[in-house]
Amino acid sequence: MQKLLLLGDEAIAQGAIDAGLSGIYAYPGTPSTEITEYVQHSKEAQQKGIRCSWSTNEKTAMEAALGMSYAGKRAMVCMKHVGLNVAADPFINSAITGANGGMIIVSADDPSMHSSQNEQDSRFFGKFAMMPILEPSNQQEAYDMVHYGFELSEKYMIPVLMRITTRMAHSRAGVSRKSETRKQNEMKLPTDLRQFVLLPAIARRRYKGLLSNQELFEMESEKSVFNNYIDGADKKMGIITTGIAFNYLMENYPERVIPNPVLKIDQYPIPRKLVEKLYNECDELLILEEGYPLVEDMLKGFMANGKKIKGRLDGTVPRDGELNPNIVAVALGMTDTIGADVPGNVVSRPPALCTGCPHTDSYLALNEALIKLEPGRVFADIGCYTLGALKPLEAINTCVDMGASITMAKGAADAGLVPAVAVIGDSTFTHSGITGLIDAVNDKSPITVLILDNGTTAMTGGQNSAAQGRIESICRGIGVEEEHIRILKPLRKNHEENTQIMMEELAYNGVSVIIPRRECIVAIDKRVRAKAKIKAEDQA
Amino acid sequence: MKKDIILAGVGGQGILSIAAIIGSAALDMGLYLKQSEVHGMAQRGGDVSSNLRIGDKEIASDLIAKGKADIVISVEPMEGLRYLPMLSSEGWLITNSTPFKNIPNYPEIDDLYTEIAKVHRHVMIDAEGIAKELGTAKAANVVILGAASAHLGISFESLENAIRRIFAKKGDAVVELNINALKAGRDFAEKNSHL
Ligand SMILES: Cc1ncc(C[n+]2csc(CCOP(=O)(O)OP(=O)(O)O)c2C)c(N)n1
Ligand code: SF4
Repeated sequence: MQKLLLLGDEAIAQGAIDAGLSGIYAYPGTPSTEITEYVQHSKEAQQKGIRCSWSTNEKTAMEAALGMSYAGKRAMVCMKHVGLNVAADPFINSAITGANGGMIIVSADDPSMHSSQNEQDSRFFGKFAMMPILEPSNQQEAYDMVHYGFELSEKYMIPVLMRITTRMAHSRAGVSRKSETRKQNEMKLPTDLRQFVLLPAIARRRYKGLLSNQELFEMESEKSVFNNYIDGADKKMGIITTGIAFNYLMENYPERVIPNPVLKIDQYPIPRKLVEKLYNECDELLILEEGYPLVEDMLKGFMANGKKIKGRLDGTVPRDGELNPNIVAVALGMTDTIGADVPGNVVSRPPALCTGCPHTDSYLALNEALIKLEPGRVFADIGCYTLGALKPLEAINTCVDMGASITMAKGAADAGLVPAVAVIGDSTFTHSGITGLIDAVNDKSPITVLILDNGTTAMTGGQNSAAQGRIESICRGIGVEEEHIRILKPLRKNHEENTQIMMEELAYNGVSVIIPRRECIVAIDKRVRAKAKIKAEDQA
Repeated sequence: MKKDIILAGVGGQGILSIAAIIGSAALDMGLYLKQSEVHGMAQRGGDVSSNLRIGDKEIASDLIAKGKADIVISVEPMEGLRYLPMLSSEGWLITNSTPFKNIPNYPEIDDLYTEIAKVHRHVMIDAEGIAKELGTAKAANVVILGAASAHLGISFESLENAIRRIFAKKGDAVVELNINALKAGRDFAEKNSHL
């Protein structure tokens, strides 16, 4: 079969389709989004009836996947790294309930924070939950590991975490598909119908089971085809790589022969015997990890009284940011390479709101409505509208995690900052804003909430938004007073009127919701193009 | 054979359409390929780049090492210069001359041209102008690809075939237009390469 040219994300999706997946659950987030989108666009997935629409947030996605696993079918749940924080409760507990049908959790980390608030390393979550972790080093492994991961999951009845990083997720390479694909599982409930009942008495028993399985998980890592010990003659230094760090190591040896012994780890728990072998044979170790120094920290230990361990903790490799071939070259003691300097007249080009973006008009009105007040009272959230923090708008003061706008505004108002303003997008509102708004209504907090309704999840590429057209009825249902729910159209020509409405609601000593509603222009463009395409195909 | 290519531009300028043509041609020739892309935040009008690596041996890293790129292909003059640290001293800078001004402090264009002229091996091309003469400015990216085509380690026919495959759905006229754009870019580069 001809190789497919796939992104790492797409390789995972194709792997899942071929491995008998029944449902994929996800909330979009860079760099994980293309996994679910690939399944959504796959004709094969459609023919196989694979469930694939977006979930409201990562927690609902995780729980739905666990429900599918409970019913005996194979489920995958995908998110960006910070999404795993949102889904942490069901994630940690799913290791204790265990799985029935195979279950894989994909968490996509973003070292160097290309599109994220932090660069947390999901492997720590996997270790915390005591789950097996898979970390592919290339696109082919990503594909193969999905088959393997479902097998592992069903063999030990345990969900499996697959951890990828940006360069793996968003890089394309040729991938060979397996010649035989697997059928989906039939529905089959757990043999013990109390397996998933985490009452203390049951949870204690199941937790002991999880603990005693650790040895078996380690044994699987020890013999895994994805963990390789590659011998080398120069024992002065042994090298451990995890995930894609292996590629950067290889890149520095054009003949692909490394003089030192190398342990390539792509499956966890860490294969203890293989590590011991390397440690015993070499004078010192260099650890190359894409992410936090997880392996390095464990090997070094608190007292650091063994052999020398080099890596991110001793400065051999920078403490933060993603790896690249140059960083690894320096860590290996090779000379660094670099081309000419960037000419002095080249300036930075930060991302910005599109020309004609509805958010710009909302912010212009808000800035004017607040002009007479002390600055520093606008609590915003995550989405395209976060770019309103930059020049020329400089309209917002916070961006922490999805949903934090409403709750932080409430807390600040409780502290006496009145009026306090929250700015949140429509998709972020349904993701995590609704619960905070209930808190505010219950306390009758003096906050003004702008729910910027552009009809889509724009920042991540225009996925469906969960509350399409229902935002005001949700607010009403929660108990926001009818007369303080104001809908307006963010257009330059409505500027005066919109500013006036905002000033009125800022003056109200209770919860107000303002919904500036105008479709994202990129979404309009996409819609128009899709229509034209269908029309052209119909005519052809 | 091994070619390390940096594609540069501004989010929304469609640099990945160039990558798609090179990639399709490379696969057709049975070459290995790795192509790292930028998705997400930076696509909102920020600077974007893609690392495209092709070769007859398996490729290790998804990212090109600094100072090792064989060619920087840029659809915007300032963006090409941004990646000079990636370019090897023997490498080519192939860049469009038309600026994309979406920032208030965009530098003097002539100063950028001066910097481009300082690059040892370079081609600067008015891709929009040439594409418009052929019928539509939309083919500008393919004109730039044409200007780079002599340095990709890929035969011209393979690139033409890739264009046929990729644009087939859009009809013969579009295929023809893009093949002409590829040729026009190539012709220009043959006459205007600065060594
Ligand atoms: C927990 C979490 N999940 C996902 C993301 C990725 N993410 C960032 S912004 C965004 C979309 C926000 O959409 P919306 O609130 O409608 O704003 P818009 O971009 O449309 O303006 C998503 C999914 C994230 N940062 N954090
Ligand atoms: S993609 Fe849509 S919401 Fe985002 S900046 Fe552009 S117009 Fe605004």
